[in-house]
This record gives sequence, C-alpha cells and structure tokens, in this order.
Amino acid sequence: MIRGVIIINDQGKPRLIKFYDYQPIEKQHDIIRNIYTVLCNRAENVSNFVQADSTFGPDTRLVYKTFATLYFIVIFDESENELAILDLMQVFVETLDKCFSNVCELDIVFNFSKVHTILNEIILGGQVVEMSSAEVVKAVDEISWQEKNKFSHSSSNATSGWQRR
Amino acid sequence: MNPFSSGTRLRDMIRAIRACKTAAEERAVVRKECAAIRAAVSDNDNDYRHRNLAKLMFIHMLGYPTHFGQMECLKLIAAPGFPEKRIGYLGLMLLLDERQEVLMLVTNSLKQDLNHTNQYIVGLALCALGNISSAEMARDLAPEVERLLQFRDPNVRKKAALCSIRIIKKVPDLAENFVNPVASLLKEKHHGVLLTAIQLCADLCIVSEEALEYFRKKCTEGLVKVLKDAVNSPYAPEYDIAGIADPFLQIRLLRILRILGHGDADASDLMNDVLAQVATKTESNKNAGNAILYECVETIMSIEDSGGLRVLAINILGRFLSNRDNNIRYVALNMLMKAISIDGQAVQRHRATILECVKDSDASIRKRALELVYLLVNETNVEPLTKELIDYLEVSDQDFKGDLTANICSIVERLSPDKLWYIDQMLKVLCEAGNYVKDDVWHALVVVITNASNLHGYTVRSLYRAIQTSVDQEAVVRVGVWCIGEYGDLLVNNIGMLDIEEPLSVTENDAVDVIELAIKRHTSDLTTRSMCLIALLKLSSRFPSCSQRIKEIVNQSKGSLLLELQQRSIEFNSIIDKHQNIRSALVERMPVLDEATYSRRRDGSLPVNVSTSDKNSLQNPNGVTKTFNAPLLDLLDLSDEPAPPNSSGGDFLQDLLGGDILSSSSHTGTTQPQKSGTDVLLDLLSTGSPPAQNGSSTADILSISQDNNSSVSALDSLSSPMPQSVHIAPTTGGSPIMDLLDGFGPNPPVPKDNGPAYPPVVAFESNSLSLTFNFSKQSGSPQTTNIEASFTNKSSDVYTDFIFQAAVPKFLQLHLEPASSNTLPGNGNGSITQKLRVTNNQHGKKSLVMRIRISYKLNNKDMLEEGQISNFPRGL
Repeated sequence: MIRGVIIINDQGKPRLIKFYDYQPIEKQHDIIRNIYTVLCNRAENVSNFVQADSTFGPDTRLVYKTFATLYFIVIFDESENELAILDLMQVFVETLDKCFSNVCELDIVFNFSKVHTILNEIILGGQVVEMSSAEVVKAVDEISWQEKNKFSHSSSNATSGWQRR
Repeated sequence: MNPFSSGTRLRDMIRAIRACKTAAEERAVVRKECAAIRAAVSDNDNDYRHRNLAKLMFIHMLGYPTHFGQMECLKLIAAPGFPEKRIGYLGLMLLLDERQEVLMLVTNSLKQDLNHTNQYIVGLALCALGNISSAEMARDLAPEVERLLQFRDPNVRKKAALCSIRIIKKVPDLAENFVNPVASLLKEKHHGVLLTAIQLCADLCIVSEEALEYFRKKCTEGLVKVLKDAVNSPYAPEYDIAGIADPFLQIRLLRILRILGHGDADASDLMNDVLAQVATKTESNKNAGNAILYECVETIMSIEDSGGLRVLAINILGRFLSNRDNNIRYVALNMLMKAISIDGQAVQRHRATILECVKDSDASIRKRALELVYLLVNETNVEPLTKELIDYLEVSDQDFKGDLTANICSIVERLSPDKLWYIDQMLKVLCEAGNYVKDDVWHALVVVITNASNLHGYTVRSLYRAIQTSVDQEAVVRVGVWCIGEYGDLLVNNIGMLDIEEPLSVTENDAVDVIELAIKRHTSDLTTRSMCLIALLKLSSRFPSCSQRIKEIVNQSKGSLLLELQQRSIEFNSIIDKHQNIRSALVERMPVLDEATYSRRRDGSLPVNVSTSDKNSLQNPNGVTKTFNAPLLDLLDLSDEPAPPNSSGGDFLQDLLGGDILSSSSHTGTTQPQKSGTDVLLDLLSTGSPPAQNGSSTADILSISQDNNSSVSALDSLSSPMPQSVHIAPTTGGSPIMDLLDGFGPNPPVPKDNGPAYPPVVAFESNSLSLTFNFSKQSGSPQTTNIEASFTNKSSDVYTDFIFQAAVPKFLQLHLEPASSNTLPGNGNGSITQKLRVTNNQHGKKSLVMRIRISYKLNNKDMLEEGQISNFPRGL
C-alpha cells in the first residue's frame, strides 16, 4: 500500500501533501521536514530509495525523484515494488506534463486542486488505479468538461478554481 | 460581506502568500484570509464557499489550522453541482480525520452520490470513500460499492474495486460478499479493471483464509494464463512502458501468484512455467523490465520450492548487482538478504559481486552490501573475505569506516580460525582504523593476547612496528603500550620468534621511546596516558638500565592538571625510588585473563564492571585497573600477617583498601577498582577456593569461582606446554595459578644434603590433618632450602587420592617431588612424605611464604583444604 505522496520544492516548501492514513497537520509537517533534511543531504549519484522505518514503522520505504526544482516523494510499505513505484512516479509526472503542457512548479502551486484530482485518478486509497497516463489524461479531461458544463448548476459568480482564476 | 477578502481570488491569495518575505508576513496574510473565511462561514455565505474551501486547503497545506472549514466540506458535498462536490470531496479527504464525528454526517451524501446518475460524481464519491472510510461508513455503504463493481463504465468499476479494499480492511467480515464479484472481475479484459481487481483479490486473500482457498482453487490457472498472455503479447500500446507490455499489470499478477502459491505445492506447480518464462523473456535493459524481474524473483522465492527456478532467480539478482543503475543494485541486495535464508549456497556464488558492492560509491548500497557480506561469512571463506574488507578499509570513506570496522571486528571475533590470525587481523584493523574501534573490541584483543602465551613475543614486536606507522590511531597505541609494558623483555630480546617474522632489533631505550612518545603526544587522552604510566612502571623493572630515564619521564606528569595522572606519577615515582624491594613483585606480568569471563561480561550476563568502555575520566579503564590491582594483591598476600586459611578474596581486598601502603592509589573511583580487584583476585583463586569458602562474597564472585569449566580448561591448556621444572621461564608468565600448576608435574629427585639445622615447624593443622615441615640447607647454596613435608591423618578414616600442591610468590622458586604415597592411613598410623625444594632469590631480605592446597578423598568424597604458611623459620 502506498502511504503517501508528497511534492516539495528544493527549499523544503510543500507543494502537495497527500497521506492515505490520516496524519494530523503538525505530524505531516514534521515528516516533511525530516524527509527534506534527508533528501537535501543526499549525494547525486545514489539510489532513489530511503528506509523510512523511523517515521512510518517497520518495512516502509521512500522513493524520491527530482524533477527540476521539485522532489516527488512516495512512501509505501513492503507490498509494493520499489522499481514499479519509480515508474508510477514517471506516469504521474508525464500526466502532469500533459495536463499543464510543460508543467513547472508554479503550475502545481496555483492549480493544486487540479493536481490533487489528477493524483486521485492515479492512486485511490493507497492503491494504484491507473498506470496509463493516456487513460488518466482522458479521465481528467472528462472531469474538466464536467466542471465547465455543470457550471450553470452553481451560482454564477462562484469560481471553479480549475481554470484561468 | 467584506468585499475585500471575499473578493480575493484563490490565485491572488497564493500570490500574496508567495510574496511574503518572512514567516511573520506569511502568518499575517494567512490570518487575514482565515478571518475573512470564518466571517463567510458564519454568514453562511453560499457564493464563495467553493472558493473559500479551496483557499483553506492551500492554507492547510502550509500547516495552519483549518478545522473551522470542516462543515463547509459537508455543505459543498451536499450541493448539487459538480465543481462544488469536487472541491467538497477534496476538502473532505484533506481536512478531515476518519475518527471525527463530523464524518458521520457525510454518509448520507455519499450514499446519494454513489447512486448518482452522473458517473463522475459517483467517481468522486468512490474516491473519497476509498480514502477516508471509517468502519461504520464501510458497513453502511458496502452494498452500494459492491453493486458498482458491475457498473457499465470501467472507470467506476476500477474505483469501486479499490474502494472495496478499504472496506474489507476496515470490516474484514464483509470480505465474503466481495469474493464472487472479484472472481468475475478477474476475467475482465480491461487492463485498468483487471489491475484493480487483482489488487482487491490480493487483499481479500490477506484478510480471509477462505477467500484465499477459493481463489487458489478457482483462479490460479486463469491468472497464470493472463500473465502468460501479457508476457507473450506482441502489442498493447497504451499500456506500454519502455516497450514492455503493461509492466504494472505483470507485477500485480506476479504478486497475486505469490500469495496464491505460498505454502501450496499444487498452485506453485501451476505457475512454474510462466515464472520461468517471465524470468527468461523479460528485457532487463529498462527499469520497467527490471521491476518485473524483481517481482518475479520475489515470487519464486516465496512459492514452494521449484528446484532450478531459485537458482535462476538468484542469478537474476546477481546480474542486477552489476547493473549500472544504483536502484537496481539496491533492490538486488535487499532481496539477496532475504534469499540468504532460503538458499545460502546460491547466494554464496555471487560473493565476489557482492563484495564489489561494498566498495560502491553509493553509501546506502555499501551499507546493504556490508550487511550481506556479514551474513555470508562462514568458516570456509572468512580469510579471503576479511582480507578483502581490510584492504578496502584503507581506501574507504571516512564516514563508512565506523560501520566497516565494527563489521570486520565482529567477523574476526566470531570466526577466526586461530589466535595468530585473529591477532594479525585485529592489528591490521587497529592500524587502519584504530580510532573507530570500540573499546570492548580492543579489550577483547588484550584478553586474547594474554591467553596466547606462545604469541606474546610475536605480538609485542608486531605492535611495536604498528605503533611506528600508525601513531595517530588511538587503539593501536593503547594496545601497543599495554603489550610493551607487559612483554617489553620479549620485545628487546626477540624471544619467541615465529618463522614468519622478520628479525627486529629493538633496544630497551627504543621501547621506552615509543611510550614516551605516546605519553607526550598531545592527542593522547587520559586513558592512553595512564596506560603509558603503568607501562613505564613495568618497564622500569624489566629494563633496569633504563630505570633512571623512566623515572624522569614518569616525573614529568607530576604536575599534570589531570588528577589521575598526577597521582599515578607521584605514586609510581615513589615505587621506583623507595620501594626497590617490592617493585619487581609489584609489576609482575598480568595473570592470564579469563576469556570466558570476559566474553560473558561483554555479553552482559555478568554485571559490567570496568570492562566496558566508559569515558568517565574518574573511572579507570579496564586494562589499567587490572594491571594495577593484580600486583597489589600479590604484594598484600605476602607482606601481610598470615591470613586465616578460609578467608575469602574479598577480605584480602578489604585489607588492601583499608590501610595498605598503596591504598591511596585506589581512592579515585573507589568502587570501580574494588570490583575489578575482586574479579582479579578471584581469577587467581578460582582454581583453588572451593565455593563454600566464598560464602561471604557477592553472588558475582560466586559465579566466577564456581565456574569450574573455565578454570579446568585453563589448567589443561597451560599445563601441557609447561616445562616440568618449577623454574619460571619468562615466556610462561608467572601467575600464582601457574605456580600451582607446576605442582602437578613429576620432578626429578633432589639429592639430600646437610646444611644448617632449622627447627621443624607444624606448617598446617586442621581438625583432620596436620602437616609438618623439616628443613635442611644444601651446602654452598644458602638460597635453597630442602623441605620434607610429612602429613598425618588425625581422623579415623583412610584418605585416598591424596594430593598436595603449593604456590609461592615470584621471588621464590619451588620444586615439588613426588609424594611417597597417595594414601594416608587413619589415626596417625603412618604418614605421607613429600620433598620440596625452595630457592629464595631474595635470600636475606625476605623470608619464605607459601600457599598450600591439599585435596583427598574421604569415603569417595572430595575434600579440600587450603592455607597459607608464613611461620617459616627466619633466614631460610
């Protein structure tokens, strides 16, 4: 099971926090601080895996990958395959890239609810829903369409937070 | 309504927060926003609820409290529109805890949305339920989710399957409801649905034994076929990653097969072929392919033994180890660690590659590899592996040396084939990484060295060389200084040369140089300097010609600010100066330290005294205290009034600590030296004193003295190579134990001669036995006294197996001749006589003194009597 997905930037600022077991917000930030300390002290040419036993209990592991200024971090237990999780992160990033056409940190900052929705189409309750980024993009596009077309249902001056704003 | 804040768009708020230069500014912006949102909440403002919650989620991510927004989530979820519901559900998943009461209120909305006509809204509800469902919600909503497993749209079926996992984890009783729907989902062609169905199936198998049995019987074959198709399928472009057909599906299939095959030979049989196919056909030049291979290896390792497959699997891991990708090497090492318990032989074959990984540039890989090597070492490969590791120690990173050193030491201690090898390897480690060696490791080395009497000379010479080259390694300096102090005479005289050694010419002054250098080096700490002082004191007696120089060196510490050093310096100075007569006895070689006792104490089964490292400067480190106390005891034993035969070691010690001339030296850290002194004393006594006599001592002491095994083995090992003469050669060391042992050997008869007459004395008398000594002197050698001991039995029973043993201090030499008989008749009806010859090296200065021990059998019961004889006539 995947325990959590975190995106932080190279300054340690959280950009996306998603835990699949409830963690109080203070704990979340402790965890992020710990992870950030570990990650920014890691050398370049080392593996992407870190033991996470101390924060998440026995046999939990953490995989991270850096994309430009961001660390993508997935925390998971022994029932997941580390190498496959690396591929999963690749799928996530590819999907973001397709949805935001050339994703950058700012896209994630300003559209965090969309990023959450994309993530929900890939991982649900700590389990992988979909590994094909084409399928995910399709699902996200359909949701976008819902946002626009059901607009009439909501009051006229509400903002969707989804587009343009 | 506050037009300003409610009017702020989400984007503007994020900009404002990002523009903040300090945390305080950011807090101010957030506070203002939160205030506005609270106001909107209390106004029950519908228009901006959606936007406000989005803002709150952002604020939440930054770590600010947002509990006041929880009800807003519920209101948004209850709203009719998709955008509201989407944000509402997002907020629900991020802001709410499954344990909160509020969550109960959402169940109804969820139920409605699960039945919504809009499948996207159904999707939102499933996603939220799958993330935060509580047990109550799971019970309430399970029927809806179960129904959705058959929904027409595959996207909903996928989500329903994963949502079911949450449900059965929360309420395992519900598992049986899902078994049949899953069985039909497993027949799906849609990759995404199949993937999620397999995950649900795996979790069902974990929570329910019946489900596992069911799937094992009904679905194993089908799943094997799906995997076979996936491996052989030529094309499925949308799921391809790097040219491999749907790797994630293959991984999930391998995982479910692992669960089904584990512990079941039939199911395992079914999957053998396909596993072999995956293992051989999968391309390993991409991460995705390796992920499949990795999963496949894990499955092969977990299912029932299938002969060749395991070898195939471990060979895959072996290939992984030489992969350029760090991640692949890392997982391979992890997996090998698990595999070692399943098929150690197969893993051994990759030893060389694993050893290479110890030298990897990636620290986490090095660490894993080292752990693995540690598991791989056994009696047969310990020598080459240790050599490799030690060679690598020279070039390894500083921060890796600690781990590496600890592992090497542990391997060497655990598996060394002989002492010479052990000492050699440890010296190498000390030279390379002495500063990383834990105290208990070099303490153990010292214990081993004292026990290897034939290697004393070799060891001290090797250490002398080592110190020259590795003077910056504290541990090598300490062990070296200790050994030079103990065995300095062997060093300069090249005694006990081994064939492998190069001759070494060291003068007495050279040896002292080494220690002087060590004590003066500014990086030496208190422990090292104290050890240096002890070594100097010992050398002052071993090298009389250097005595004056040593005294000067010792004197230099007289003004030391460290109390311990100052005190030692002053005391030792006075010993060298004023107590010439006792110095040699005082600085005798350490008695052999009992290995068993040390290792037990190290393992923690004995109370830890001084043996463990303690940086507290008031406590004397192990080696120092022992060297110090043993001579003290010798001294005390012989200069005191005759002690009662039955007095225990503890009493001697009390005397010592009470008011002896050197007692002041023990007063720093009084308890510590006292304890260790007791130990040493008991080490000495352990061969001698029967347990009963130690009644007054502590439990700790009893446990040592009752340890007959260790003392007996010590006797065995020591008595065989010993020369039969009582003359104590320097190489054999000279503890009282050894003197005792000498008594066992048969001795050549000594011609009787007439000398000056001395009155006979009753040397020993107990209720059952009396011993009389008759003395005679050999003409021409006033130092030598011939003693005829005669034993009389005062009881009415016959004593059989009668053995008399005696021990003398260093300045005396003792020959025991065979006794006239080993049976002593009762009622004084005859006696046993035995001749002794004592040579007093300090004739005229000291009188004779002797400890005796008499053992015999009375009605087949072992009896033992002991005593000390100090009433020898003067002038012997």
